[in-house]
Amino acid sequence: MQPRPRLPWCESRPDRRWASARVSARVLVSLVVILGAACTGAGLLLAGELSPYTVEDRRSGYTYLSEDNQRLQDDDFANPGLLWVEQGRALWHQADSTTGMSCASCHGDATASMRGVRTRYPHFDSQRGKLINLEQQINRCREQRMQALPYPYESETLLALTTFVGWQSRGLPMHVSIDGPAQPFFEAGRAFYMQRRGQLDLACTHCHDQYAGQRLRGDVISQGQSNGFPIYRHTWQTLGSTHRMFAWCNTSVRAAPSPLGADEYVNLELFVAWRGRGLPVETPAVRR
Amino acid sequence: MKCTLIWQTARLSRRTLLQRLGAAGMLVVLRPAGAWATKETVQQAIRQLIGAREPQPGGVTLRLPKIAETGNSVPLTITADSPMTPEDHVLRIHVFVEGNPEPVAATYHLGRRAGKAEISTRLRLARSQTVLALAEMSDGSVRSGTASIVVTLGACVEEVWGN
Amino acid sequence: MAEPRVRVPSTAKQGEIIEIKTLLSHPMETGHSRDVYGKLIPRYIIHTFTCTYNGEEVFRADWHPAIAANPYLAFYTVATESGRLRFEWIDDKDTVYATEAEITVV
Repeated sequence: MQPRPRLPWCESRPDRRWASARVSARVLVSLVVILGAACTGAGLLLAGELSPYTVEDRRSGYTYLSEDNQRLQDDDFANPGLLWVEQGRALWHQADSTTGMSCASCHGDATASMRGVRTRYPHFDSQRGKLINLEQQINRCREQRMQALPYPYESETLLALTTFVGWQSRGLPMHVSIDGPAQPFFEAGRAFYMQRRGQLDLACTHCHDQYAGQRLRGDVISQGQSNGFPIYRHTWQTLGSTHRMFAWCNTSVRAAPSPLGADEYVNLELFVAWRGRGLPVETPAVRR
Repeated sequence: MKCTLIWQTARLSRRTLLQRLGAAGMLVVLRPAGAWATKETVQQAIRQLIGAREPQPGGVTLRLPKIAETGNSVPLTITADSPMTPEDHVLRIHVFVEGNPEPVAATYHLGRRAGKAEISTRLRLARSQTVLALAEMSDGSVRSGTASIVVTLGACVEEVWGN
Repeated sequence: MAEPRVRVPSTAKQGEIIEIKTLLSHPMETGHSRDVYGKLIPRYIIHTFTCTYNGEEVFRADWHPAIAANPYLAFYTVATESGRLRFEWIDDKDTVYATEAEITVV
């Protein structure tokens, strides 16, 4: 039987064959040169405000993808998530209420007004007295400012608008606020993350902290970062939100999922966003 | 430091984790027997599309990843060698996926106005297999090319999670 | 859903071989998957794609369930004259998705 192929992005255990290899002076010099170039590159990236895919020990899901899928995400034509960005763009300008207003009526050109917005969500909202995420904010604008009906969670329209708004922050580092009034909700999110659940009795931390980088049957476990959401996920063959991902993960350990938009998921969303602080917004990301 | 605490919570032994996930694996829905393409159905499909002609290996290149990260979306590029002149061009390219439930993936009709006999698309593959492409030439000959791929997460049939 | 996406060069030289990229949103349901209750989800795919160049068909594809969801297709054609390229996708429910692109050939 063929040996299982070793995939380059998988953090496997050190290969014993290398343990006794001797490092020559030439190799050392080459390493120093390469390292120097990489640091300069990273420095240039940060100077340009765009964030790299790895910040300290936090890795974007992008770094766990095959080259083909990385290329697909970077393809400004073929990334399937862009279909939702285009639909979102159309919805942004569409007057959809008794008042004849559209998103553009208040927010004008999204490229300017929505830049940076995705990096700050979810955040504490004094009107609600709890956190609010991007989907809920869009629906709040629709109900209160446009006198329009809110979009159902995970509907194609809400996904399209969320993706379109997220797209405006592409490349900018995630930067959510967890102090002040957001603190107790952040702690609730962290507690959720650490809590064992389901028939398999696993917590998020087991896979995404303890076993990140290792194999789960045919797949590689990522850190479970959320900087790319909403994502085009091949398993779903469509675009999906963070809450859909949480519900999927909960179902996967045989725990009853919460309804999409539930408080516990929004709290978890804040914690996960904080876990990925500094990582670039990749909306719409492509994932397995 | 706060960060370190998070990363050390509730360590689970690898053995326990694997045992539990192995149990979950039992819930993979398996296809009933006879629902897959077989050598016979693939041959039948080939006969239906190109008649009695024997394909000649060569002249058709498939660019397919060696390992599919997910069977749900596998990029494929097929190139058929041909000057693509009115006298000598590719009429059609057929793609066969013998490891899937259905043997034929697509037929592309090119013709003299195509310019270049190259197609790029994304396939759905249920399991590891050899993808076959047949190019029907304007002179009546048929050229063939293949590429093998290992599929770790199959499409079509794995409905483990509820979505 | 969203409009189909096509990428066609807006200008080309006479006789130049141009690459056309297409992408649109469609579940391409195979008919072999099952829902959470174990029931087979009925097949629902786009079965035919055509590209016409000033009314003449220059490319056609017959698709089966092995084509991935939200189908992507890139192919080539020769830029013969200025005019309009029309792209049509037809699915199992006889819905036609269409879009057009203009090209100037010098």
